[in-house]
Amino acid sequence: MALPTFLDKLFGRQDNSARSAAKDRLKLVLMHDRADIPAPMMEQMRAELMQVLSKYVEIDQTALEVSLERSEGTVALLANIPIKRVRPETAEA
Amino acid sequence: MSNGRVIVITSGKGGVGKTTTTANLGMALAAMGEKVALLDADIGLRNLDLVLGLENRIVYDIVDVVEERCKLRQALIKDKRQPDLVLLPAAQTRDKSAVNPDQMRKLIADLQEEGYRYILIDCPAGIEQGFKNATAGATEAIIVTNPEVSSVRDADRIVGLLEAAELRNPQLIVNRLRPKMVKNQEMMSVEDVQEILSIKLLGIVPDDEMIITSTNRGEPASLVETSRAGQAYRNIAKRIKGEDVPLMSMEETTGFFGKLKKLFAAG
Repeated sequence: MALPTFLDKLFGRQDNSARSAAKDRLKLVLMHDRADIPAPMMEQMRAELMQVLSKYVEIDQTALEVSLERSEGTVALLANIPIKRVRPETAEA
Repeated sequence: MSNGRVIVITSGKGGVGKTTTTANLGMALAAMGEKVALLDADIGLRNLDLVLGLENRIVYDIVDVVEERCKLRQALIKDKRQPDLVLLPAAQTRDKSAVNPDQMRKLIADLQEEGYRYILIDCPAGIEQGFKNATAGATEAIIVTNPEVSSVRDADRIVGLLEAAELRNPQLIVNRLRPKMVKNQEMMSVEDVQEILSIKLLGIVPDDEMIITSTNRGEPASLVETSRAGQAYRNIAKRIKGEDVPLMSMEETTGFFGKLKKLFAAG
């Protein structure tokens, strides 16, 4: 075994074999596939999110964005919610 | 009394070995004395007959039965090598819409009435209507995959679709494994594939040139004593029947001692 390979193994660094490339790429793409949300469900989620948030803050409905993003090995639901102002009564509640 | 087993063999991706698997498992089960009916649900792309070497004996097909141009019994082709095996061939000149899920369920019930304890359904590639028809009457599913990215991705999609169709706990066959490539870190191992799909492993079939030669002759490899893939299929058939058969060693065995070892291995 060559020294660099040995060191990689020792420090648990990722090897760049075709085998691990296949595995890593598959894991990523499947995470994305499995987390794929159908458009109507996304729309419903968006509406319900709005409903909940609107109790506390006033939202710019036209600029609201909800999307799925894949980054650094995870899938995240990203919501960009521009707030116009916080409702005063929620400070007490 | 149980009506026996109805197993669909599916994969999503084409060309991974569904038809070969169906033919070999059917042969192996019949060789163990089970009454087996193989149902080719790949309407329009008929091939199971060819792999089994029964292509010259087709008179009627599945669509003839469904559209009542013949009786079920007339369409069933009895295998001469394994008298307990019959094939219900697909139609070649029709399309996937020629048989609907209800008709499929009726066919399966009729086959069970004829005494067939194992009904294996060769599913077409894809996830459209053909897949839905083929899975309609099944109570179990086997997913065939190759250790490469596109077929594993498609297999994962199939797991989800089967679940949606109430076909839970599908079992996995990893087909065309090349042990040398795995050893050299060039191919995903069975463990890799299993880790990714997380479904139960039913068996591993090594890549075997004998599959090509036996298919060329119309003699499934499970009939060939010396074929590694054939042995793997015979083992899988035993596992389907509930026998506890250890997974075959994927080490290439060459030379006298290797052969000797193979002789004594569980196989």
